[in-house]
Amino acid sequence: MSTSDSNPSGGGAAADGPVPDRRPLIVFAWVWVGAPLAYGLYELVQKATQLFTG
Amino acid sequence: MSPPVAPPGWSRWLVPPAALSVHLSIGQAYAWSVFKPSLESALDLSGTQSALPFQLGIVMLGLSAAFGGTLVERNGPRWAMTVALICFSSGFLISALGAATEQYWLIVFGYGFVGGIGLGIGYISPVSTLIKWFPDRPGMATGIAIMGFGGGALIASPWSAQMLESFGSDSSGIALAFLVHGLTYAVFMSLGVLLVRVPRPAKTAADGTPAPLEGVQVSANSAVRTPQFWLLWIVLCMNVTAGIGILEKAAPMITDFFADTSTPVSVSAAAGFVALLSAANMAGRIGWSSTSDLIGRKNIYRVYLGVGALMYALIAWVGDSSKPVFIIAALVILSFYGGGFATVPAYLKDLFGTYQVGAIHGRLLTAWSTAGVLGPLIVNWIADRQEEAGKSGASLYGLSLVIMIGLLAVGFVANELVRPVDARHHVPAQKKKEAADVHE
Repeated sequence: MSTSDSNPSGGGAAADGPVPDRRPLIVFAWVWVGAPLAYGLYELVQKATQLFTG
Repeated sequence: MSPPVAPPGWSRWLVPPAALSVHLSIGQAYAWSVFKPSLESALDLSGTQSALPFQLGIVMLGLSAAFGGTLVERNGPRWAMTVALICFSSGFLISALGAATEQYWLIVFGYGFVGGIGLGIGYISPVSTLIKWFPDRPGMATGIAIMGFGGGALIASPWSAQMLESFGSDSSGIALAFLVHGLTYAVFMSLGVLLVRVPRPAKTAADGTPAPLEGVQVSANSAVRTPQFWLLWIVLCMNVTAGIGILEKAAPMITDFFADTSTPVSVSAAAGFVALLSAANMAGRIGWSSTSDLIGRKNIYRVYLGVGALMYALIAWVGDSSKPVFIIAALVILSFYGGGFATVPAYLKDLFGTYQVGAIHGRLLTAWSTAGVLGPLIVNWIADRQEEAGKSGASLYGLSLVIMIGLLAVGFVANELVRPVDARHHVPAQKKKEAADVHE
């Protein structure tokens, strides 16, 4: 993620101290929502193929 | 509760999963039909009675989004997501009690009334925040969240069905399923509550105080007095009506359409068609909404409404002579239906600014409730009348298709009439400053 991905208004530019690495949190958050969505899509594809095989 | 301001270095890519955790949960509403057969046999209910919790839930969605939008703007996304979590999960827990004690009114009250408030507040909770984090790509950002609402049913439908199969379809099995739903959704939605942040406001160079909001800003109360709001209301209502017209009767429609041909559609193939339409609906939400960031909101609605009308005309013209044409046209229409939902928050932001865009969006969703009644009513009523008149096959839907084209044409004209909001409705400079201060 580029630096422009944080604080679109630029309000945090003057912050002091080291900025924590958010990448593990980003990965965790996307897996949290991505895993059930992938399950739903898998079930959907299984069902949708019936249009061509049913 | 003051809005949670992002600490330095907070990534905006943490906000879409926060929004998705809420929308993927509340999207379960569209999978309510999974519970209907079990409820009907366990509690001796009619089909109409078993649909009540869902119907009340959708009514409450519209009402709470319309009337709760200002509260959401004032208290911020974390407050809204917390309310959504509590209401949606409690709805299931109350329903579990209702099923366990065989008190159906508790299921209607729990899932429909309490859960429905969670649906409405949850639906609008991330919209304004996403737009503020992604000023360069508001269509994509809201598209991701609103895609989640479609995705929620895809997850819940097989999940709930498997749960009823494991726990049993009697009242205690249903109660246990409701209980697990309530607890799981509470945990799943908590990610959104914990992660959501509003961006830090820009500071003025001189004294470090927040800079006033830039550009056109219109309050929710002023927005509903503008022609732009009502033109967009018509645009959304017509687009959704046209989509629901197909979505509501997809399975019987494709079966009827090709019943008199040499290649009739089987029941399982029709179910596959419905699933494919759901995929198009979801893909349209993220795909078309992201495209609107490149070609503009007015142009994308020209496509939804103009090309949508052409697709309906194509179905009417080709009739039952080409199954691929029917399927492709229906998929395109459903992708526009999803796109229309997902793009409208960004359209509102373009016209009214970010000041109270969530509240304005909430009020606009009454168009959805209206379309939810109009679309199925038109298609079902006309199909019934045509059947009574002795018609069959594709001719059952001929008149409905013509009406859908007419509705989309009305929406197209309404979109053409949209102009920038008159300056007399804009928020004065002092109020813009106060609005920026709220986020400090």
